[in-house]
Formats: sequence, C-alpha cells, structure tokens
Amino acid sequence: MPINVISAGIATTIQDMGRPGYYHLGIPMGGAMDRLALRTANLLVGNDEGAAGLESVFVGPELEFTEDAMVAVCGAELPPKLDGEPRETWTAFPVKAGQVLSFDFLKSGARAYIAISGGINTEPKLGSRSTYAIGALGGIDGRAVQPGDTLPLGKGSKSVKEGLTVPQTLRRGPGNPAELRVLPGLYWHRITEQAQKDFFDDTWKVANEADRMGYRFQGGRKLEFVEREQPFGAGADPSNITDACYPYGSVQVPSGTEPIVLHRDAVSGGGYFMIGTVISADMDLIGQLQPHTPTRFVKVDMDTALAARHDRAKTMDAIREALS
Amino acid sequence: MAKHEVRSPIPGTFYRKPAPDQPVFKEIGDTVAKGDTIGLVEVMKTFHEIKADADGTITGFPIDDAEPVMAGQTIAELG
Repeated sequence: MPINVISAGIATTIQDMGRPGYYHLGIPMGGAMDRLALRTANLLVGNDEGAAGLESVFVGPELEFTEDAMVAVCGAELPPKLDGEPRETWTAFPVKAGQVLSFDFLKSGARAYIAISGGINTEPKLGSRSTYAIGALGGIDGRAVQPGDTLPLGKGSKSVKEGLTVPQTLRRGPGNPAELRVLPGLYWHRITEQAQKDFFDDTWKVANEADRMGYRFQGGRKLEFVEREQPFGAGADPSNITDACYPYGSVQVPSGTEPIVLHRDAVSGGGYFMIGTVISADMDLIGQLQPHTPTRFVKVDMDTALAARHDRAKTMDAIREALS
Repeated sequence: MAKHEVRSPIPGTFYRKPAPDQPVFKEIGDTVAKGDTIGLVEVMKTFHEIKADADGTITGFPIDDAEPVMAGQTIAELG
C-alpha cells in the first residue's frame, strides 16, 4: 500500500546511503547529503539504517498515507504536521491510514530526512535507490518526487516505541558561523602564502548555487596564484590544471574567487585546481547549510581529520545506543 | 480587512522583478488576487515564484529587492 504524493516541495528526492563503486565511471556515490540524519530517522522507525527515505530541501512534501506507519523527521528543523497537528522532529510518531503528513516553514538547517517504517521500496539501480537526477538514475524514473507519484513501502521494519526520541545533545546542527574543517592538499601549492592565510581567515557565505553536486561560497578575498607556465593540457586561467580526479569534499576555486565544495552528486573530474578537501566528519553539516549562512573554513591536519571521523562514528554509536 | 502577510517558504535571494530590466511585479497600493505572483526567490540555481495566498491591497514590502530572505520571512503585507 503506497504513499500518495500530494505536493513535493521544491526538491524532494528518494535517498539511501548511495551507490559507491562507480565513481571511476563518472557515477557519483550520491545518497543522503546528511547521512547521520537519515540513519537516525531510519532507526527511529525501526528500519535498517540504510533504508531509503525522503530528502526534502527547505520545503516539505504533503503525503497521504494509505496504511498505518511510523514516521520520523530528522536533520533540518522542518516541523512536521499530521492532519494539521504539529509533531516533533527527531521523534517517532504513528500515522494512520488516510492521514496527511505536511510541514510548516523551515526553522533551521536545509534538508529534512523523512523515514517511514518499511522504507521506500522503489527498484534499486546499481545497488541503490538514491536519486541521481542529473544522471536520471534511481528514485522514481531517475527524478525528484512529483505530485501524483505513489511511493511503495517495504516490509520488515522492527516494531518501535511511539515517542522514541533522540537526546538533544546528539542533534548536531551547523553553528553560526558554520565551521567546516579542511585538510589542505592536492594543489595547495598553487596559491600564494598570503592566499593560503586569507582563505582560512575570511568569513565566507553560502551562495545560492548550492545543491547536491556542490556548495558554492562567496565573499572572501580573491586567491592569488603562484606564477607558472601552464602545463600541457591545462587551460589558460591560473586556476586551471591538467584534468584530474575530483575527490568528494574537494574544494575547487575557479579563477580564485568562489570556492566550491563538491558533495554527494559530485562530478568525478575536471580541470580546476583544488586547495584541499572538507573532512568526511563535516560533510553531513554542509547539507544543512542554507544560502547566505556565514561559514569559516578551519585548517586541520590528517591526525585531526581522522580523530574527527572517529568522533563522528562515536556520535552515531551513541545514537544507536540511545534508540536501542 | 485584516492585515495579511505573504511569506516565502524558501530561503534564498528575494527579487521583486521578473528580470533585471523589467518593472516590479507589484507596487505598494496594487490590489492582488490569490495566486498573483509577488516576487521571486532564487536558490539552488532556480527561481521560484512567490504567490499571494490571499486577496488584498499591498501595504508594504518589509524586504528590499535582491536581499537575502529566510524561510518563513514576510515578503509583502496585504491590507
């Protein structure tokens, strides 16, 4: 028995943990931008952590249920409403057949993850139900959810306690300014010492060009390059390199003006230099940044990055513990 | 008539004109009908129309053209 989509917000997509293993062919891993939020929402409704749910950006959908289910909304503070009555985020609540789930105005964050008991059961493509819209892969016909769609639900979720909730201390949102830790590397040597300092000293702002492929930032000083004769195969702009692979989280700065951090639906390669990568522990956080959010990049070394990854895993363990 | 606020459901950049070289959608004092476009919000490389959700006369724009807007922020007041 499916869920009927009455309205879909501006960009609601089916996402799970993505499809790693095809990036070398140009197909990104994709999946939820804020993985911890989707994992948590799934745990709250008794699903496997990696079950497919909905990722809604800024505006929530309107969904009519045709069977009873448990629902949880994690990530952004996008207040859910059941037949118009408010419900809590980060908390499991029951929905009866015939009821309509809708959402109030976004309060904070950018992406809400809606998990439904049983998980969304569309056909996996290359091992994942994640929607990669630019590649027309996954989801429903490779696109975002639309009004009139029906979302099939799976079976086999565990029964869970109504009102199960995530402790406040384990709900991490972006600060103000948001801080993204960056490990310098890759083509770091291409910019001057002054530019290396400026990049971390300046406060940047999230631009409107921020989506699942990448997040653009603006407002910092222009980065100056170390002079060189451009190598064979590189474009004429000093920010050009001979084409290379782009890691997830890598920070490219075309013409030295506006840094772009590649995210889950990243392009796999190209001809812009990268000054480093946002560490894996902070990738979820990017998915919760609204346009115009002041943002600082914080320089870290490899040991710090690995310790942060460990801490992030411990936070997820603490959530599992709290919900078990 | 009671005062009514038209709010943007989306964060981004608010515009009162359909394009930089065109006149604004609505001026203060204009009457609007439910469903009329009042402005645009740009986010994620696309422009979203913000429509009046009630009939009325525009009494004010609490936000300037090309300014950042937060989700739920009032973009026009109707009287």
